Amino acid sequence: MCQDCGCSITDHIHTDDHSEGHTHSHGDDHAHGHEHSHEHQAAHETLSHNPQLKDSKTIAVITKILDKNNQEAAHNRAHFDKHNVLSINLMSSPGSGKTTLLEHMADMVSFKFGVIEGDLETSRDADRIKAKGIPAYQIQTGSACHLDAFMVHKGLHAMPMDEIDVCFVENVGNLVCPASYDVGSHLNIVLVSIPEGGDKIEKYPVMFRQADLILITKTDLLEHFDYDIEHEKAEARKIKPGVDILEVNIKDAASVQRVIEWIEFKRKMRG
Amino acid sequence: MHEYSVVQALLEQTENVAKENDAQKVTKIIVKIGVMSGVEPHLLEIAFNTFKEKTICDGAEFVMNIQPLTIECQVCKTVSELEKIHYCCPKCGSIDVKVVDGEDMFLMTLEME
Ligand SMILES: Nc1nc2c(ncn2[C@@H]2O[C@H](COP(=O)(O)OP(=O)(O)O)[C@@H](O)[C@H]2O)c(=O)[nH]1
Ligand SMILES: [Mg+2]
Ligand SMILES: [Zn+2]
Ligand SMILES: [Zn+2]
Ligand SMILES: [Zn+2]
Ligand SMILES: [Zn+2]
Ligand SMILES: [Zn+2]
Repeated sequence: MCQDCGCSITDHIHTDDHSEGHTHSHGDDHAHGHEHSHEHQAAHETLSHNPQLKDSKTIAVITKILDKNNQEAAHNRAHFDKHNVLSINLMSSPGSGKTTLLEHMADMVSFKFGVIEGDLETSRDADRIKAKGIPAYQIQTGSACHLDAFMVHKGLHAMPMDEIDVCFVENVGNLVCPASYDVGSHLNIVLVSIPEGGDKIEKYPVMFRQADLILITKTDLLEHFDYDIEHEKAEARKIKPGVDILEVNIKDAASVQRVIEWIEFKRKMRG
Repeated sequence: MHEYSVVQALLEQTENVAKENDAQKVTKIIVKIGVMSGVEPHLLEIAFNTFKEKTICDGAEFVMNIQPLTIECQVCKTVSELEKIHYCCPKCGSIDVKVVDGEDMFLMTLEME
């Protein structure tokens, strides 16, 4: 998994459900001291070495298709935890204001943060963040429309983990694909901007279901659009009843401050 | 189009299971796709049938069982399959609900020879 990176996470967390069928071949390529508690190893062995089963043609597998990604995501979280870094995945359509928000927060925050940037082609966003004196690492995904846990793992080793308190992952601009991939963040923030129109939350429920915080951005443009914020909030809470929602307008420092306070609160509540 | 990435993960997984069972060929593959898993079944099928060629799944039948969103109410304990994406108990109206199924994708069964 990370034989090259020399990371030494000892408290390895397993996400795979060990009550399920055992067909995953995880963990074996860990070159360094991960303490696997593989009680299921024995069961696993009998499964593949049972001659009777070899003859049978139908095998019940019952494993999550993205099992490998989920394991890497848990691994990433263990990295973040070890360094006491809170990791936040930012997701939205292209242009909802993710990078702009990070730029503005840079001048206001009391904590130190870094940014792992995902983009299809360019490193423009990472350059914008670096120009603010914030450590940033650009992942160019090429044709992939989302970040996965393996890409973010590379990014986190490029972060000065001992110098930061929060690591943002700015995902690829897309309300569909990133929703299916756990990247190893602790929290997800999903942005939706007023000019995108008032149907985005209902149209992309899988994405908004992932949100711990929804930011309705560019509220300075409200007067130019038919956008019923209260309706959108109600829609969001049909999908995720307990979700936090804040309104953000980049020209209103108090609204950015509230986002910072939300993050501060979450940092405190993790002890 | 992350359906391509999902299929790649699926093919890798399938190959591993086939190897563990000394199978030469996978003839049928059954997956369970939750309506809230974030993949479009139609696109997944196209992606699978495109990528299965020249893998152990070449020629395999691809069966998708679409799993409705299923919740268990923590108040009245009713288990319901939801038609609309509204996380709320249809019986008592509570929003204190636990998701039982429908948010994930699983490789369920493989038929091999
Ligand atoms: N009017 C207005 N424009 C904004 C606001 N936030 C961001 N923008 C603009 O939206 C555009 C896209 O923002 P960007 O941060 O690059 O979006 P990203 O793709 O989500 O990173 C830029 O031109 C920003 O200046 C806002 O609160 N109000
Ligand atoms: Mg950006
Ligand atoms: Zn490791
Ligand atoms: Zn590592
Ligand atoms: Zn395990
Ligand atoms: Zn996609
Ligand atoms: Zn109920």
